[in-house]
Amino acid sequence: MISLDRHIKNRISEVWMLIWLSFIIIMPALIGAGLYFKSSLLLKDKSLTDLLTSREWKPLSGKFGFYPFILSSLWVTVLSLVIAGPVCLLSAIHLTQYAKKAVLKIMRPVIDILAGIPSVIYGVWGVIVIVPFIARHSATLLGKQISGYSILAGSIVLSIMIIPFILNIMLEVFKSIPDELQEASLSLGASKWQTIKYVLIKKAFPGIISAMGLGLSRAFGETIAVLMVVGNVVKIPRGVLQPGYPLPALIANNYGEMLSIPMYDSALMFAALVLFFIVLVFNLASRILIVRFEKRI
Amino acid sequence: MIKGLFKIIEEGFFRLIMFLSTCIIVFALFLIVYSILKKGIPSLSLEMLTQTPKGGFYFGKEGGILNAIIGSLYLSTGATFLALIISLPVALYMNVYLFSRKKIVNAVRFLLDLLWGIPSIVYGAFGFTIMILLGMKTSLLAGIIVITLLIIPIMVRAMDEGFKTVPLGLTESAASLGATKYEIAFKVFIRQCLPFVITALLLSFGRAIGDAASVLFTAGFTDRIPTSLTQQTATLPLSIFFQLSSPIPEVKNRAYAAAVVLTFIVLLISILSRILSGTYKKSSIKF
Repeated sequence: MISLDRHIKNRISEVWMLIWLSFIIIMPALIGAGLYFKSSLLLKDKSLTDLLTSREWKPLSGKFGFYPFILSSLWVTVLSLVIAGPVCLLSAIHLTQYAKKAVLKIMRPVIDILAGIPSVIYGVWGVIVIVPFIARHSATLLGKQISGYSILAGSIVLSIMIIPFILNIMLEVFKSIPDELQEASLSLGASKWQTIKYVLIKKAFPGIISAMGLGLSRAFGETIAVLMVVGNVVKIPRGVLQPGYPLPALIANNYGEMLSIPMYDSALMFAALVLFFIVLVFNLASRILIVRFEKRI
Repeated sequence: MIKGLFKIIEEGFFRLIMFLSTCIIVFALFLIVYSILKKGIPSLSLEMLTQTPKGGFYFGKEGGILNAIIGSLYLSTGATFLALIISLPVALYMNVYLFSRKKIVNAVRFLLDLLWGIPSIVYGAFGFTIMILLGMKTSLLAGIIVITLLIIPIMVRAMDEGFKTVPLGLTESAASLGATKYEIAFKVFIRQCLPFVITALLLSFGRAIGDAASVLFTAGFTDRIPTSLTQQTATLPLSIFFQLSSPIPEVKNRAYAAAVVLTFIVLLISILSRILSGTYKKSSIKF
């Protein structure tokens, strides 16, 4: 038995590491190419703008209009951000500026557990708590009975899911702002709140925006939880209490029959490609913003 | 005078809603865990945990979700193991070999963050196209591969966060004693950062076991416990999802009970990682 020379071992491990590093580097391109390859069949047939703006969704007669799905996705995500964004911002200021260290210590596991709960559990929670809640209160508020499976239910569930994600980034952002800035403001006679309002938030603004952008892209791709509570009706939504049908739900709901209808699989892969592209762009913009922000400080 | 008063009221008001926001977050967690437990625990039984579905299971007849529990454990263990083989070298390479090339390392980190942001349904769809390309059928193996791709960015980033904390002095002393980079990586970095590596593994395992969208396309679903990699497998999240969409109350109740099982596993992993990382931290060298 010849034992490997240390330096040979070193070389081998280096090559092995390099192989996997390059694998990871080409991964995004691979995903994009794979999805494009499958959806090219559909793209050959119809123009991109046609697919994205057409309202008709009739797979059996070969009509694939993604407009209702994209619009539903936008409704659900934007609304969830409207709910989660302010809560995260206020809580992040509270935790970094006012609360005692011990409170932040308790909050860490809370955030971690919220982030770790699987999306299907959020879905179950939505079905047993949020949907009946909306159904009950819509009857008294609007005077008509609805099922509760709606865009609003989807965005409430989604907002809780993205809270740990946004909050974590915001906490980092606020922590990275140097104390001197605040001290200068306080020494000029500004109150704590004035300092937060005029110095801290102003300084942290790019960070806050990118945290929201990352939350948005996370919400955009969330599948199972939204699928379970959002109603899944192919229609252009006209209000938050109406059912919607976001893109990820479309993909997940139809995987079973997609091979039996011509072009259907190609259409679903196109939906995945659109999703991939939108999420990537949002992520890229937010990450670049946050890197710039870190550099400036 | 009025202005001063307004200032105080404004600050008080904002302090109040900031405090409430924090409370909402804590409350949301408790509400979720409480309502899942309250709905699910009454339907939880030993039969559910120890049996596979019998005939008529999906109409409320007897049987359990053992197929899904075991399937999920197989899937996540396999994926975590496979991801470890890939992630550990990458994380080590970034921190030991590319030590002096901060620009490249930062670019890789940026890329990993991007990969981490890609939704799991996209991974699922991508996995599906690859499967078609290779002529593979939905199987445990296909599920493991897709989940592996999904958790690699998480695992590498979590390990990387740990390796970043290794003090420069430690690397320099090892190098000055004539250690090769391989030895620095495997004998110094891994030992020093063992708690981080364990946390990374558990974090990835938790992600793997909870993900439903990516296995929807790739792992299939079956009532039997898989005995080989080429068979289909059930998973806990999908089992919950399918049972919940049934109109029959007994089946729905079982979905709630299955949700309790999944929540329990995830909470257990979270607690375990806290305890383990605390214990092993004592054995690392401090400066």
